[in-house]
Amino acid sequence: MTGQPERRRVTYTLDSSLDSVNKVEEAAEQLARKAGVDEDEIFRISMAVREAAVNAVLHGNAYDPEKRMTASFEFTGASLVIRIADEGKGLDPATLPDPLAPENLLRGSGRGIFLIRSFMDEVHFRQLHPGTELTLIKHLGTAPTGA
Amino acid sequence: MSMKISTRQVDGVTILDLGGRITLGEGSVQLRDSVRDLLSKGQKKILLNLGEVNYIDSSGIGELVSAYTTVRNQGGELKLLNLTRKVHDLLQITKLYTVFDIKDDEASAIAAYARA
Repeated sequence: MTGQPERRRVTYTLDSSLDSVNKVEEAAEQLARKAGVDEDEIFRISMAVREAAVNAVLHGNAYDPEKRMTASFEFTGASLVIRIADEGKGLDPATLPDPLAPENLLRGSGRGIFLIRSFMDEVHFRQLHPGTELTLIKHLGTAPTGA
Repeated sequence: MSMKISTRQVDGVTILDLGGRITLGEGSVQLRDSVRDLLSKGQKKILLNLGEVNYIDSSGIGELVSAYTTVRNQGGELKLLNLTRKVHDLLQITKLYTVFDIKDDEASAIAAYARA
């Protein structure tokens, strides 16, 4: 794992492995802790970031050793901004089934993006051609503005 | 980082005491293998004690659902015991809290299984 600090943003380029998922989760936890958020919020943020990393490594890059996941962590003072990008074939969030729909409730998968959206204040998807970048934002100190 | 599983029998019910993390990879696979192993031995009354599970991700939640449906499809019963607050909250958010039969007392959980 290589880190390149740019002021308050740190970017990592990682291989497509579960080990990378764990590293990204730990980095999110450290960032949230450093920002002074409470334990419950640390759990939510690190879990959302873990789910995004799982998506990147498993669904995006399909564990391809030639493909990388990029994860950047930024504390702006007002917000935590985490970006997770893969080099896969792209993800259209509009096509994802609703995991709360009765017909999907007993499915063994498909809850990752839902949990990310539940735990973060803002979630943005960007197509990279190839790949997808998820931007996860948690606002600190003030109520979420995403009404 | 991994999950611990120990197994015990009480009044015909197999209790899996789980601890640690149920996440993509090791934890989820361990849980799946343990439940399959029990079913292959004809042990279809399964109680998952999640009291020491401090973390579960969407893969782990999916594995709980899969275990539940697999056991039920084979005519068995799978219940959950001693949810931590985090796991409780996750099952609520995902609307699975009312799907599972969830107990917070081992004796009453055992008593709730149908008598063969």
